[in-house]
Amino acid sequence: MAVEKKLAGYLCTGCGIGERLDTSQLVNIATREGKFPSVKQHAMLCSPEGVKLIQDDIDAGEATHLMIAGCSRRSKVEAFSFRNVAISRANLREGVIWARPDTPENTETTQEMADDYIRMACAEVKFMTVPTPSGEQELNKNILVVGGGVTGMTAALETAAAGYPVHLVCDEDVLGGVWKDLYKRVPFRAAASDVPNGRDVDLPGPEDPGIADMIERVLANERITVHLNAKLSKTSGAPGRFSADIDRSSGPTVTENFGAIVQASDFKPYDANRLPEFGYGKTPDVLTNFELERLAKAANGGPLKRPSDGKVVESVAFIQCAGQRSDKEGHLPYCSGFCCTESIKQAMYFREQNPDCDTTILFDDLRTPGAAGEDFYRCGQQAMVTFTKGQASAVVQNGKGLKVQFKDLILNEDTEMDCDLVVLATGQVPNNGPDPYAQLAVDEAESEEEKEAARQKLAVAPPSILNLDYRQGTDLPQLKHGFLDSHFICFPYETRRTGIYAAGPVRRPMDMKQAMEDAVGAAMKAIQAAESAAQGAAVHPRVGDLSYPSFRKEGCTQCKRCTVECPFGAINEDEQRYPVFNESRCRRCGTCMGACPVRVISFENYSIDSVNQQIKAVDIPDEFSEKPRILCLACENDAYPALDMAAQAGIETTPFVRVVPVRCLGSVSLSWITDSLNSGYDGIVLMGCRRDEDYQCHFVRGSAIAAERLSKVGDTLTQLNLEPERVVVHEVAITDLARAPRLLNEMAEMIGKIGMSPFKF
Amino acid sequence: MGDLNTAMIEKYRNRFLKEVEANVEEGEWVKMCMQCGVCSGSCPLGKFWEHPPQEIFMMIRAGKRDEVLSSESVWMCTSCYNCIVRCPRELPITHIMHGLAHYAKRLGLVPKNQPTAKFAQMFWDNLMVKGRVNELKLGLNLYFMNGIGDGVKVALKNQKIGLGMLKSKRMNPLEAVGGHAVKDLKGFHAVLKKAQELEDKRLADHGA
Amino acid sequence: MAKRQYSFYPGCSSQKGASSSNYLISVQTMCEELEVQLNEIPDWNCCAASIGYAGGGELPRLTLSARNLALSEQHNPGQDVVATCAACWLSTREAQERLHEDQSLLAEANTALAEAGLKLTKEMPIKHMAEVLIEDIGYAELGAKVKRPLAGIKIAGYVGCQTNRPFGIAGESFENPKYLDQLVETLGGDSIPDYEKKVQCCGGALAFSEPEKSQEMVKGIIEAAYDHGADLIVTPCPVCQMNVEVYQDQINQTYGTQFKMPVVYYSTLMAVAYGRSAKDAALNGQVIPAKKLEAIAGK
Repeated sequence: MAVEKKLAGYLCTGCGIGERLDTSQLVNIATREGKFPSVKQHAMLCSPEGVKLIQDDIDAGEATHLMIAGCSRRSKVEAFSFRNVAISRANLREGVIWARPDTPENTETTQEMADDYIRMACAEVKFMTVPTPSGEQELNKNILVVGGGVTGMTAALETAAAGYPVHLVCDEDVLGGVWKDLYKRVPFRAAASDVPNGRDVDLPGPEDPGIADMIERVLANERITVHLNAKLSKTSGAPGRFSADIDRSSGPTVTENFGAIVQASDFKPYDANRLPEFGYGKTPDVLTNFELERLAKAANGGPLKRPSDGKVVESVAFIQCAGQRSDKEGHLPYCSGFCCTESIKQAMYFREQNPDCDTTILFDDLRTPGAAGEDFYRCGQQAMVTFTKGQASAVVQNGKGLKVQFKDLILNEDTEMDCDLVVLATGQVPNNGPDPYAQLAVDEAESEEEKEAARQKLAVAPPSILNLDYRQGTDLPQLKHGFLDSHFICFPYETRRTGIYAAGPVRRPMDMKQAMEDAVGAAMKAIQAAESAAQGAAVHPRVGDLSYPSFRKEGCTQCKRCTVECPFGAINEDEQRYPVFNESRCRRCGTCMGACPVRVISFENYSIDSVNQQIKAVDIPDEFSEKPRILCLACENDAYPALDMAAQAGIETTPFVRVVPVRCLGSVSLSWITDSLNSGYDGIVLMGCRRDEDYQCHFVRGSAIAAERLSKVGDTLTQLNLEPERVVVHEVAITDLARAPRLLNEMAEMIGKIGMSPFKF
Repeated sequence: MGDLNTAMIEKYRNRFLKEVEANVEEGEWVKMCMQCGVCSGSCPLGKFWEHPPQEIFMMIRAGKRDEVLSSESVWMCTSCYNCIVRCPRELPITHIMHGLAHYAKRLGLVPKNQPTAKFAQMFWDNLMVKGRVNELKLGLNLYFMNGIGDGVKVALKNQKIGLGMLKSKRMNPLEAVGGHAVKDLKGFHAVLKKAQELEDKRLADHGA
Repeated sequence: MAKRQYSFYPGCSSQKGASSSNYLISVQTMCEELEVQLNEIPDWNCCAASIGYAGGGELPRLTLSARNLALSEQHNPGQDVVATCAACWLSTREAQERLHEDQSLLAEANTALAEAGLKLTKEMPIKHMAEVLIEDIGYAELGAKVKRPLAGIKIAGYVGCQTNRPFGIAGESFENPKYLDQLVETLGGDSIPDYEKKVQCCGGALAFSEPEKSQEMVKGIIEAAYDHGADLIVTPCPVCQMNVEVYQDQINQTYGTQFKMPVVYYSTLMAVAYGRSAKDAALNGQVIPAKKLEAIAGK
């Protein structure tokens, strides 16, 4: 925007600000030091009159760059969201008066805090410009769903029902996926609310699976184009302008454009050949839960017969957690979450057909998730399925039948039981493409052993599903055990590739009902991503943010740090190895900005300068003042709200801290650290989200990357002859109300011990 | 009652859970136990049970008929109802334990000299005589339940208690000869005789 | 004319010369003061308590209570049944529930009752005396009658098992019922709301058959009362009262303790607080004298 900057300041004196602070001094600072032509005061700026005061100035062309001093930027967001202007907020309420006790001896330091926050906000807004969307893409309502199972079909149906056209790519010749052979399904609904917690009550039983009907509905839906026996040979672009080459066995490859993608590739059944101790493969009378389902479907309500000799089954044992929840080589370490209810259902097949059939479920922990789970367990108990808490060790042939050896965990004894048939409750293996960082792991392995392990992993990697034409690999990044990475708590469907959503057992093990719910969520997110991309707006967590990173090409050294470190693989490289930013793949975390050693990457409203100017605006008292200055760079997602809430709760924070919110710790430039140390700050506290395996970082890797970068900051301190304790990094959760201020207070105490920085000017 | 035991074994072979369902008071609930163990942890005499309730339920499912019915455990219940109010599945555990104990007694499987079994039977027999409990006779029977010699020792040990009760007029030596009674004793006995007949018939039908 | 009337089931242990005859005397005194008229069910019989299970099968046991209820229905029509003994209350209430839940059982019970020309048809509220006090009368009215507050007496409210579980007093929790504490406060005494053994089992009938096991539990009940500085224990249950009071000598012998903790009924406390004599309050029925109550009653 080439429009002239018109600075305008507004100071709210409500919520106690007017009583606690010398507001005329604050106005003086904004006008004299901040060079703001005017600062208007209002007793309640967030009221309609206050808002109108500001809006009138904007409408009159008097204000393009607004400094609003009052409550935290997280408060009154709606009242203070003005279009087409740059805004900075000085946090005088949560950041100052609520964080400090109202006593005469504290008045001076409290006022100094407020003075600084005014200086910082004035400085910041001058280095912001109003974000304008790039216009990189138009609205493309077409949604691609990868996977023809229950998850994929549900995603397709839901997307279509919302009015968006869908292409459904299925790699088999029929729809239905892993669950197409279900005879019955576990019930979806709990018992009616008036059913008591008793016996012989009306509880939900196995239901018709509804998959044939679902396939019919998909095939009949005019908005859904189904590609059978098809795969993606190449997927490129970004949300709003994805381009996918669909290879089909039935004809030539077609290329289609999409606004967003849902990956619903479900799971592969665990290979029971890895369980020889249970006799699998040695006798046909040991089956997996998946195989039993096919047997039941073929019997179609008739008696279930023993595969080896056709004898009607009179006794059956289910072994839960077969090859699961175990650290043994080749076993799955996790719980697949669907097999307990599955076994209850299958046991009921036997009870229904033959009330005298002994059905025993050998379990360690019975887990029955879902609304109907507990009721369905009771339903199985009512049907006289025997639930035995026991751990099976072996299945052996015993004449024509089988013998299961197990340890009864309640009676604490080794025992055994005879039966005609054994069903192994085996688990789910996510059906994913290769880990996109597998090659990187080989390259970066620190020891020969690690390198070899990484190589082996790469060698047995499954074929790609998406074939993404991305700088960071062909498929979606994984977290653990091959399941796709997504922010588990807050944003389950978001993957690390913006606009591509994961649904169903490909992101975590789950049953059919959960997979269907997942599909609905992912479909809605895909639609939102396509719509947001058309407006140039970010998706989570900076929903609606129109800013995006740009870089000064002439300063770029082609070091590739940004293209490698972007947690979302948003940045490609051109032929000359310059970064190519894809606006709609970007989540606006600024990790690229923090990565850039030559500081050429910036956002219109968030840049190296916009933060640096705040740091420099703070008044640094001299070495002998006994007033240290602590810089706190706090993640805006968790740490900053935690500090705000701590202040609301009346928890005290040291008056020597100056808090600057950052988008993510990943966006922190080392230059901010060195510059503040050089300008006399006595300590620096960085607060980011929990990182690594159980991360809480809203940008997945941002916090981890920052920690890695900052591990080298000690060298800088040593060079400056400063104590390494002066810079600390903490993981702070949004719930750390008491802890977050304490960390700041501890830094203040520490400086009291080690002394002030000698770098004061 | 040995015959009834044989009949039940014949009838239910290996299917002890079914036998319990059909013959034990509130036995239909046993299958609904989810093995959480809250009952075992809640029992005031928990540490004295060879098999706490959770285990008893598991043993019934595992077909351990003899171990359950001849167990001392089911006689450890003080009827405090702690397990009942805490059971997340709302099983009437106290009643099931009573039911198992009674069933064991019917089948003649109670361990010899089980003191609570003896006392409980005495209590019942005592109240059946006159329709109301004669505390004095009940106490004397209790002291002598393991024979005269043992009884004298127990009686001596409890002498002081008896004196205290006597002094506070909460024990009446005259009860030994007469004592409180229901007035319509004939009617009372007729009613209970009929009830017992109906009860026996039901069990015999199941055993058949 | 009494304000309230109930069909009263006193139970075996309350009879003259029986182990809780003192309970009945204090209840009668209390009811006089509260204008409650108790109409005894004529010719009632034993309920079989909870220990009757070994000798008596399901139907004979239920029939015992059915006979009492049929007599109540015949002679005290329309009156709520009230029992002072926890076991009597529980057995009767349980029997009524079971019989009306299972119509075949009710039919069989009536077949048996017909032998004596009786018949059970109606379901009536079956209350413990504590319910009458707290739910029907209420703390305000109970407090208004106090003439001699139990000032300076610290009292541990021992609720026990069967008054508390599985039915209990409306609005109270099974794990920490507070009505005895509130009642103590209403009478001007000092309650011990944190008394941690207030719902601990005393052993019930196993006090007779398994005395060591029972006395170990009773020891804990008394010890905790001493730890809280209690002067006496109050209870609503005859079995609790007896088990906790009368074995203290034996417990002292076994464990080397020096217990001498009076255990009284709530009705004893009320009779004293309402200004009645030690005799009316049946304080002479204590095996371990409640001296602090005697002092107030003797004023």
